[in-house]
Amino acid sequence: MSAPDNNHEHDSTTDPANGHENPGLPYHRPRRADQDPKADKKAERQVAALFGISILGTVIALWAYFSMNDADPGEVSEIQQVNMWIGLGLFLAMIGIGLGAIHWAKSLMRDHEMVEERHELRSSDESREGAIQHLKDGATDSGLGGVKRRGVLKGSLITALAIAPLAVLVPQIGNMGADWNVSKFRHTMWGPGVRLARDPDGALIRAADVTIGSVFHVIPDGLNDLDHHYLLQEKAKAVVLLVRLDPQDLNLQEGREDWSFDGIVAYSKICTHVGCPVALYEQQTHHLLCPCHQSTFDVANGAKVVFGPAKRPLPQLPIAVDDEGYIVAQADFDEPIGPSYWDRLKGGDSVPADTSEEGGH
Amino acid sequence: MGAKLDRAASGTANYVDERTSIGGFVKFFARKIFPDHWSFMLGEIALYSFIILLLSGVFLTAFYVPSMTEVHYEGPFATMHGVEMTEAFASTLKTSFEVPGGLLIRQIHHWSALLFIAAILVHMCRVFFTGAFRKPRELNWLVGFTLFVLGLAAGFTGYSLPDDVLSGNGLRIIDGIIKGVPLIGTYTSYWLFGGEYPGVDIIPRLFTAHILLVPGLILALIALHLFLVFLHKHTQYPGGGRSHRNVVGLPLFPVYTAKAGGFFFVVFGIVALVASVFTINPVWNYGPYDPSPVSAGTQPDWYILFVDGLLRMWPGWLFGLPTEWELWGYTLSLNIILPAVIVPALFFGIIALYPWIEAWATGDRGEKHVLDRPRNVPVRTGIGVAFIVFYVLLVIEGSNDIVANLFHLSLNDITIFMQWAIFLLPPLAFWITKRICLGLQRKDRELVLHGHETGTIVRYEHGEYVEVHEPLDAQETWLRVSYENYTPLEIEPERNDHGVARNGYRWDRFKQRLSRFYFEERIEPVTPAELEAARHHHGGASAHGKSDAAEAESADKRLDAEWNELDGDAKK
Repeated sequence: MSAPDNNHEHDSTTDPANGHENPGLPYHRPRRADQDPKADKKAERQVAALFGISILGTVIALWAYFSMNDADPGEVSEIQQVNMWIGLGLFLAMIGIGLGAIHWAKSLMRDHEMVEERHELRSSDESREGAIQHLKDGATDSGLGGVKRRGVLKGSLITALAIAPLAVLVPQIGNMGADWNVSKFRHTMWGPGVRLARDPDGALIRAADVTIGSVFHVIPDGLNDLDHHYLLQEKAKAVVLLVRLDPQDLNLQEGREDWSFDGIVAYSKICTHVGCPVALYEQQTHHLLCPCHQSTFDVANGAKVVFGPAKRPLPQLPIAVDDEGYIVAQADFDEPIGPSYWDRLKGGDSVPADTSEEGGH
Repeated sequence: MGAKLDRAASGTANYVDERTSIGGFVKFFARKIFPDHWSFMLGEIALYSFIILLLSGVFLTAFYVPSMTEVHYEGPFATMHGVEMTEAFASTLKTSFEVPGGLLIRQIHHWSALLFIAAILVHMCRVFFTGAFRKPRELNWLVGFTLFVLGLAAGFTGYSLPDDVLSGNGLRIIDGIIKGVPLIGTYTSYWLFGGEYPGVDIIPRLFTAHILLVPGLILALIALHLFLVFLHKHTQYPGGGRSHRNVVGLPLFPVYTAKAGGFFFVVFGIVALVASVFTINPVWNYGPYDPSPVSAGTQPDWYILFVDGLLRMWPGWLFGLPTEWELWGYTLSLNIILPAVIVPALFFGIIALYPWIEAWATGDRGEKHVLDRPRNVPVRTGIGVAFIVFYVLLVIEGSNDIVANLFHLSLNDITIFMQWAIFLLPPLAFWITKRICLGLQRKDRELVLHGHETGTIVRYEHGEYVEVHEPLDAQETWLRVSYENYTPLEIEPERNDHGVARNGYRWDRFKQRLSRFYFEERIEPVTPAELEAARHHHGGASAHGKSDAAEAESADKRLDAEWNELDGDAKK
């Protein structure tokens, strides 16, 4: 704490008058309605008129509700019109009361200011001492204060109170995370031979259909047959963008030379920043742009980050073409897709939970 | 009022009072004095928009189904026919299209949520810039701050409930941020979503938070906030007759009952007007949640933009170095936790603790009930403006795609500009604001000492020209001389006379540095002696000048009359 001298300087609630004299309240100018009975009557009529507008507004809102009940719910504009009229009625109903009350207060109620004294918030020394004495007495009555310390009693009570919530919290928190099998983040529906299909209709894609410069939004074949719940969960991980570049423009990445097919490459659509779909493809520059935070990935160069907040390239899906000419995956992604997380590089395929997961769905 | 009615009223009052002793309560409250100023309405707007949220929210719960069970849409809205969606989305469509007035209430709810947070922020600015957070109100500042954070939580949980594409993507970003938290992130995400994102639990869970947990806390804290306002009595702006020891204003009943009560209806009316003519969140155009599609130009609600701006601004690679690190096989995503967790936490933390920071600098322990004029605390005002600039830059960056589109700028250029501006502009804003405040204080001194310029120039016989100055009246003077004139703290030396070091010196030293930062550069208020001297000096001149001015004016009039006469003759 600072030096006591210092505190005293400002300790009392002094007015910052800097030696000047407070001139007191300024002259109060009476209003017209205070002096002129005509103005008073006029203000009264105005207030009543405002309340009248409110009544009219309520009538409009009710009229709109009942008279427009036959609006076609398929027509957005008709629905919007009903709602607009109810809303305008409500507006008048509310603003009439509000402005009326305020006008009443401003023109007819007292406007000559009054003064009330404040009192320091601090309780008096007397009541402070009294409070402390009561607490001391209470502590003595409980047997905790005074001579007996009762350390064991205090310790056991505090421990009991501290851990008692666990009896509810542990089951609650434990249950909320379902099976807690976070290694599911590592796996998607993709695997050897899974065909690439169009999002959302599920039509299969032949290599011949993919012209240079075109982009396909892709889901794994069979995704649409899943239950809605699992469909969204799997789709959130499995969506892929398929792009065909002029093979001359495509710089194959080391160790991934055979992951593409004649200029066709497939990358995870989920941004490595915080997981938005990287949905915008710029044909001229081969750049993929995430519309959420504008991470930009260069498809021609292994989807490396060229701008924005993402650090890692988009994971690449190794693809090939099967006997019937359809594009298929060679394997699942070799890393978890989407945003980074603490144990992203941990818990490889050796985790036993993996095997049970297949049947789990 | 008839005698019968009188009797009934007093009977009821007696009945209630005998069972509650409410009489004392009414006596205490009914004529409580509140000072008047337009800026005291800002907090009321926040309170009233919350009440509107409760009212419209009750309406909405009658039709909304918080379920992620899949349905095929069979309702009247043709575009969505047969589309798979959750019951949450389907019931939102039903509320909009099949419940007359439902769309209006949805829009009232959304608009008042936007207004709620905006009003809280502006109210916080008012409290900050006028120093209303000073003793004894520091705790109430914290309560208000917590209300702001809870307001954000309420907004966020509600935004996700329709389960449309936009809100789903918003949730996915939240999931990505949570996963970026070291150690616990992965499991926290699992805990929140009940497994893998998106799962089937998140909507019901958010619903409970949105309609029970968060509003319950908000209600409790609003009660505490208002209780403390009553306990402390409201602050007042400086002026004649006002001091730290009194409150000058008008009684709660009837004046503020009418004004504040009426103002609720005004706020409700305006929200209703906006909601009936401006569409917001037309989820039927966005479609149900699907993890794949997203479109450019999608924005969160405005109060989330600052976090989004930080996320957009923070580069994945900084001068060739990654901001996501892999350490001993674990991934530390600084590009997520710094912008989305740590910077907002620091920003909010400083705001929450500000009253104590300033109290360290002033060393003042007195109760402060008269508000500061922002100019009289230049450093505080500068800090406030710097924070606002910081925040606004983030909000702009959070909608950089819209800005780029609107002004035909390069998106990347905006982000690069912002990356520099966020460091440079807030300090610049601080400096400029502080200079402006000091300038205004000098102007106040000048006015007090020399009076108002009247625009009347007089020429003395010896050829000197002077402008006549009108001295300020007592009220005008008081407003400009009555402010806290803090000087930097003086502390005791580190060692006493015996050369023994004392405890707490370093803490004192810190407070002294802080105090110097605040008060080293200051404009002293005019002292009574200075005022006296100036009046004396000018008094003669002014009286002299006045008579000269009167003389000049009469001469003017005479010349005018002569001219008019000549003019009239000429016209004839």
